[in-house]
Amino acid sequence: MGKEMRIVLRNADKIDPNSIDDYIKAGGYRALEKARGMERKALIEEVKKANLRGRGGAGFNAGMKWSFVPPAEVTYVVCNLDEGEPGTYKDRTIVQKDPHTLLEGMAICAHAINSKKGFIYCRGEYPYVVEHLNRAIDQARKKGVLGDFDIEVRMGGGAYVCGEETALIESIEGHRGEPRFKPPFPGVAGLWNRPTVVNNVETFANLPEIINRGYEWFASIGAPSYPGTKVLTLSGDVVNRVAIEVPTNTTIREVIYDFGGGIRDGKKFKAVQIGGTSGGFIPESLLDTPIDFDSMRDIGATLGTGAVFVMDETRDIVDIVTRIAKFFEHESCGKCNPCREGTFRNFKIMTKINRGMAAAQDIENMTLLCKVMQKACLCGLGQAAPGPIVTTLQHFRHEYERKLLA
Amino acid sequence: MANFRDIIGAFKDKPGGIIEAYHALQKEYNYIPKGAVAEAARVFGISEAQAYGVATFYSYLATEPRGKYIIRICESAPCHIAGADQVIKAFERHLGIKIGETTPDGKFTLEFAECVGQCQETPVVTINSVPYVGITPEDVPAVLDKCR
Repeated sequence: MGKEMRIVLRNADKIDPNSIDDYIKAGGYRALEKARGMERKALIEEVKKANLRGRGGAGFNAGMKWSFVPPAEVTYVVCNLDEGEPGTYKDRTIVQKDPHTLLEGMAICAHAINSKKGFIYCRGEYPYVVEHLNRAIDQARKKGVLGDFDIEVRMGGGAYVCGEETALIESIEGHRGEPRFKPPFPGVAGLWNRPTVVNNVETFANLPEIINRGYEWFASIGAPSYPGTKVLTLSGDVVNRVAIEVPTNTTIREVIYDFGGGIRDGKKFKAVQIGGTSGGFIPESLLDTPIDFDSMRDIGATLGTGAVFVMDETRDIVDIVTRIAKFFEHESCGKCNPCREGTFRNFKIMTKINRGMAAAQDIENMTLLCKVMQKACLCGLGQAAPGPIVTTLQHFRHEYERKLLA
Repeated sequence: MANFRDIIGAFKDKPGGIIEAYHALQKEYNYIPKGAVAEAARVFGISEAQAYGVATFYSYLATEPRGKYIIRICESAPCHIAGADQVIKAFERHLGIKIGETTPDGKFTLEFAECVGQCQETPVVTINSVPYVGITPEDVPAVLDKCR
């Protein structure tokens, strides 16, 4: 039986999340003090060497991201709390249980890039998290722990695409949440065209302990290429549907059977989708893969947000993928043609297959369309949208063929 | 009821504050009332088309009147396999309306939602953003009673 390792969730259920005094008593805001005593360059180097990679899904080295920010009069720190990937509730869990670890992490980043202003972009589905954060920020201001760095919470409006960092920036600016063309990247020209670092909640929440304990400690945990822990959220046909935090060399099998307690109602495993609704479907034969970013990529899957959606032997894969195709058709922002038309057409074809009205040629057409989307879509939404279709055609093709017209 | 001009005006110095202003309007009226989009365009110095474009981009913003209680039923994959479609049918049956409609007395609106981040216990519905988890069709009358 594996054991959880809690870095991000180290204070969860141990302190009162509504009390900054509790957080400080647990050692909170000491890392920020230490960071402020460091040269900016040395601080960025420390985070880079820790090899902390983005926990929102893209897996980019956080210190590297910070190092792209040029010296400028105005820079921004933006926290992505848009958490829209179905099956994901980790950022909500982190913030509800320990909001100050996020604020401290953002303030450490602010020191590194010389920023006076931060924004937390919280999804519109979580108005109660906005209130919770505003309380915490208020306490931090009164205590003076954030110094001259101020944080403002902005609430989204229920658009999945706003999890993409440039769409998120557009939304904070008060526009439709449509992704920008890159380059320039936000590090150079982001919010109101100023240099901006956008990181996920979990990425920021790792920082206090990295600064407290040093990069060598962090870099030695879990998988060497993607060190540290990952917060995973279990859903679907698994016994324990909870948030857990485990070292990144934990295998999928351990996640489902040791931490998740196996499949519900004594049924057998069929598939697991990891990383959110854009993640790949994984069959039994690949369950011994570690969850780290690169191992998952090597099997054609993703770590993504760390959502773990388990399906038992009775589940209809084609029906679930049809539902997922509908999700993308709904959430495509419409800015670029391959995504707008591609998600629409994929949903049409999937519906046709699911209803038993399709021929083998429909699968061929959809396969070609998926290839085009993966290459030609403007942002991660469209590029990742075909993932569930492609991976289920790879591992569960018989379920498709069973539904084709004879 | 507060005047929509005052509500929007409170955000005029906030850069990019139009979405915050729309949220504040919805808190008061449950939708963005007629005339408020034009007013927001004026206050934030953008065209009416742009202000309308923002108001209609986000699924939580509405430019048509909605009921006092907005019931959103998640149908993303984890809720889908847990039987969300049966929950939708139960709400439609009890309220006598279809998804996307409002009851004639202006009390309830039914809407689809994508994931609301409560996947530890599915299916999930929210009523005015408060989540209710692990809802079965049998739970629907009791959930509706909470709104009366």
